[in-house]
Formats: sequence, C-alpha cells, structure tokens
Amino acid sequence: MQGSLSRDVIATVIVTAILLWIMPLLIGTYTLTVLVIYGMLGLSLGLIWGFGGILCFGQAAFFGLGAYTYAIAAINIGESTLPMILAVLVPAIFAALLGAMMFYGRLTDVYLGVITLVVTLILFKFMNSTAGPQYVIGNARMGGFNGIPGFQTLNVPGDPGAYIWGDAYFYVCAVALAIVFLLVSALLRSSFGRIAVGIRENETRMSLMGYDVRARKTVLFSTGAAIAGLAGALFANWGEIVTPNLFSLGQSAEIIIWCIVGGLGTRLGPILGAAGLAYVKFLLGQQHLIDNTLILGLILVLFVLFLPRGIVPALVSLWRISFGRRPLGRIHQARRSRNRERLHG
Amino acid sequence: MDLSFVILVEMLYAVASLILIGAGLAVVFGMMKVINLAHGEFMMMGGYATITAVGLGVNVFVAMLIIAPLIVGLIGLVVERLVIRHLYGRLVDTMLATWGLSLFFIGLTTMIFGNTTTGISTPIPGFAVGGYQINGYNFFIIVVAVLLLIGILAVLKTTRAGLIARGAMQRADMAATLGYSPDRIYMATFFCGSALSGLAGAVLAPLVGLVPTSGGAYIAKAFITVIAGGPSLVAGLLSSAGVFGVVSQVFTFAISPVIGEVALLIAAVILLRLLPQGITGRFFKGKL
Repeated sequence: MQGSLSRDVIATVIVTAILLWIMPLLIGTYTLTVLVIYGMLGLSLGLIWGFGGILCFGQAAFFGLGAYTYAIAAINIGESTLPMILAVLVPAIFAALLGAMMFYGRLTDVYLGVITLVVTLILFKFMNSTAGPQYVIGNARMGGFNGIPGFQTLNVPGDPGAYIWGDAYFYVCAVALAIVFLLVSALLRSSFGRIAVGIRENETRMSLMGYDVRARKTVLFSTGAAIAGLAGALFANWGEIVTPNLFSLGQSAEIIIWCIVGGLGTRLGPILGAAGLAYVKFLLGQQHLIDNTLILGLILVLFVLFLPRGIVPALVSLWRISFGRRPLGRIHQARRSRNRERLHG
Repeated sequence: MDLSFVILVEMLYAVASLILIGAGLAVVFGMMKVINLAHGEFMMMGGYATITAVGLGVNVFVAMLIIAPLIVGLIGLVVERLVIRHLYGRLVDTMLATWGLSLFFIGLTTMIFGNTTTGISTPIPGFAVGGYQINGYNFFIIVVAVLLLIGILAVLKTTRAGLIARGAMQRADMAATLGYSPDRIYMATFFCGSALSGLAGAVLAPLVGLVPTSGGAYIAKAFITVIAGGPSLVAGLLSSAGVFGVVSQVFTFAISPVIGEVALLIAAVILLRLLPQGITGRFFKGKL
C-alpha cells in the first residue's frame, strides 16, 4: 500500500469518470451493468481472501442472500431504500454468526472451505424446496426452483414511482462500485486493514502481539459478506428475478476463478478478473462450437499452474521491470528506507 | 416389523453409498493430502463409461466393475501427470486446479454426450417384504461397499505394495531414502483413487439419471464424509459414513428427503465444529 488515501480518491474518481464516459460507447450498458456488479462481487471475495487469507468457498451464499433479502423486502415494503439497506445487513449478520462459529472454533483452510461450501449447499437445497404455498414471508412467496419474480426495482429514495433503470441504473451501479472500492481502500489503509494483512501472513504472531485474531477475522468476513450482499441486491434489480441458482456451486466457483485470474492481494485484480471473465463468458455464450464450462475450467487450471499470482500482479512486476527505476544495491536501498523512516517519523 | 426391516436396509444402503462415494477421495486425500474436487466428475465419467460399454453390448457387471474403473483410472493417471504432480504440498492450489478440472470435464462430457439425461435400468429386480417393495439393487451396493472396505484394508495391511504406500504416506523422504520413488507411489495411488471413484460412479449409475453435471451431487457428500472422517482411511470412512447415513435416513423417514439432505449437511457442520480434525483425529487414533 503506497501513497496516500487522498491520492487514491483522486485517481479513482478520474478513472471512474473516464470509464463511465468510454465504456458505454464500446459495450451496451445492460451488459456493462452486470459486469460492474460481478466486479463488486469479485472485490468482496478479494478483500477477505486476498487480504484476510480467508478462503471462502461460499461467497455465493452471501450474494444470493442479499438478492433474496432485497426481493422479499421489496415485495413487502413496496419501496427500495430500506430493502437495499437490509440486503447489506442480513448477509453481514449471517456471516458474522457463521464466522464467529468458525473462527472461535479455530477452524482453518480446508475445514473452513468445507463449512462455507456446505452452508451454500444447504441454502441452495432449501431454496429449491420452497415451492409450496406454505413458504411465505409476508406477501412474498419463495417460489422454490422458479425463484421470486416481479418485485419493486430500484427507485429514487422517497418516491416509489420513479424507477431507476437502463442507463441510469448502470451509472448507479458504477458509482456504487467506485464508492465500495474507496471504502475498501480506506479500510485496508486503516490499522484494522494492516492487522488483517498481518493475520494473513502469520496468525500466531499477531495473536501473540495481543490482537484478538478471531474477532478481527469475523469482522472482516462479515464486511466481505456485506459487499457481496450489496452486489446481490444490485443483481436482483438488474435481473428483476432471483432464483436459487444464485447459491449454486458454479456461482461460488466462478467468484474464486475471478480472484485467482485477476490477482490475489490486489484491490483491482478481482474486479478486473470478474468483469473480464464475465465478458469472455458472455462472448463465448454466443458461439456453440466449444462448451463454455470447458474453457472456464481450462483457464482456472492454466492459471493455477502457470500464473498462480494472477494477471494484475504479473502486469505490475512486468511494468516495474520495463519502466521502473533500476533496482538499487541492497545497502543503498536500506539506507534509503532508513532515511524515509526518519523523515516520516 | 416389515417397516423396521425396510428402514434398516435403507439405512445400510445410505451408509454404503456414502462409503462408495467417499472411498476414492479418501484414498487420494488420506494418502497424498490432495483434495480432488474433480472427484464427482470422475464418478460421473465412470457412469458414462458404464453406459457406453453396455450400449456396445458388454455385460453390465463387467462394465461396472472392470471397464469403468480402468477407464477412469487411466484418465486420473493422465490428470496426475499433467496437473496434480506439479502441485503436491500446495493444498489450496490443488483444490483450485481440480475444481478447474471438474469444470473442464463437465464441459467435455457435455460436448460429447450432450446435455441430456441418460441412464440404464437396474440389473437386479426388486422384491416385496410384507407390504413394502425393496430395491434388490440396494443389497448389491451394500455388498460392494463391504467388499471394497475389506479390499482396501487387505491391500494396505497385508501386501508389500500397501506397506510401501503407507510408508510413503507417513514419511515420503524416508521412503525415497529406502529406494522407493515417491513420485511413482503417488502416481499409483492416484490411479487407484481415480479407479475407485470410477467404480463408485459406475455402481451408482443405474440409480440416477446421468447428466454431465451429476458430479456436483456427489462432490459435497464425498468431501464432507472424508473430511469429517479424518486422517484414518478405513476407520474414518466407516465412522463418518455411519453417522451421516443414519442421520440423513432418520430425518428422511421422519420428515422428508429434502430435510434429510439438509440434516446431513447440518450434521457435517456441527461435527466439524466439534471435531475439527475429523472423527479419527480424536477417536480410533492410529488405526487404518
């Protein structure tokens, strides 16, 4: 993490503005919207996996939960502001409970993966079996395999008649992504973020230094779920229907692939990986020569084998090699960093 | 009386099918610490191999018990040489790479066989117990599972190959010093694990309609059975399959099949929370 937060804010605003101007000229806004939403979903896992070291196999659970919360709340309330807030809160609370159960039980890597995977499956199976009329929350029928259609989509806060859709909805999503990106940047610059990275690097050392590793991991996990929930709610608005497929294993797998391909431990990588791969998938969906899944699988295998750090870190190091300052000798470098420390106190 | 017999058979069948589903993964995970997320797809390919062989006029039992394990074992061998070999000791990376492989195989099977449901009829007729009808094929699955466990135990305990495999499992460096190539041993083990997956997929194929994505139905069950079982191969498989099979059948009979499935998954979460090292991490230590 180099540079200051204010520089980050300026850079993000400029880049967002340029992309908002250029991208709609290249790709239709309807497709772009979903790319942006997937970018946010990728960022949510990128945060907890890349910076917290928590490999969650069930990020789709929080995505789906956000979407379902929004749909059910929107039908019952008939307006979109409160449902949006609920769609962030419900997955966050659910993740906090789940995370507390896992982290206070000191479960790590594989076991964590199994539990998050299993929870996603439980939600998937449960939602698929809610076809009967007895599964009702307020006025909203759960609809089982068919999902929930026909809920109130996003409107201007306070005016349920003024829908936000089409191009305007794209701009809302893009700005939301930029804001979330900035919040994540701020979080990572805060002491909480730096300690999270420390926990990723060496959990025992951080706990010996007196930090409550379990609580911090739980909070980070819950933050990631909140972002995924927001992405889910935006997705529900985009698709205008929510189905149990949001919880499917395939969806979880895709999120992990995005992060791996884009680059772990970077903020930009998962977003670019998500948007890029989703667009590739969209293009592949228009041809019928080769199966879509086959190519995605191949991409994942090849990346794990040959580029396990992902595209963005690889590009960064390529940039450093080609255009960066020549690496200084080791003594020189040490002296320079010492001077810098002295300057910044 | 009749009902309790039927329930007993159903429970044994549930346990047996969990053992079958988990066996291939348990060999690969227990011996090599490789979590093969393409396990479900290996089973699915075993099913397709059986159906194709039967379609070509091969006896169904030959197809299930010999051809399918061989074909899937060979596919596993290729996969091990091309991909897994480079990733030993990197748990998370192997999980991701095998997940990629699973997607790859789903795509490949879809291209070859199409996205339609295929199946074969069960080769053993059912019979009546009192007022209830029992699927005779369930007994076949129970017998196969029992023979499989005995077979694994016998190979590991009594044969020289089993001894070498167990040695390499505990200390690969020591086995290498004694002149056995761990590389070869891992290769052979992965072949055996894949063949077991193929066998399981083939044996279970007559009970399900097979689609290219069928593997997804198996992988979660296999995964939790093996992880909850813990480090011991046979004892772990038996104990966790026992717990999950009974739990899911009790809830299936008491409420509904969907609740049975959900109960199985919830039981897995609770079990892992209480015994994070698996059942045999706490009990039956040092057993096979």
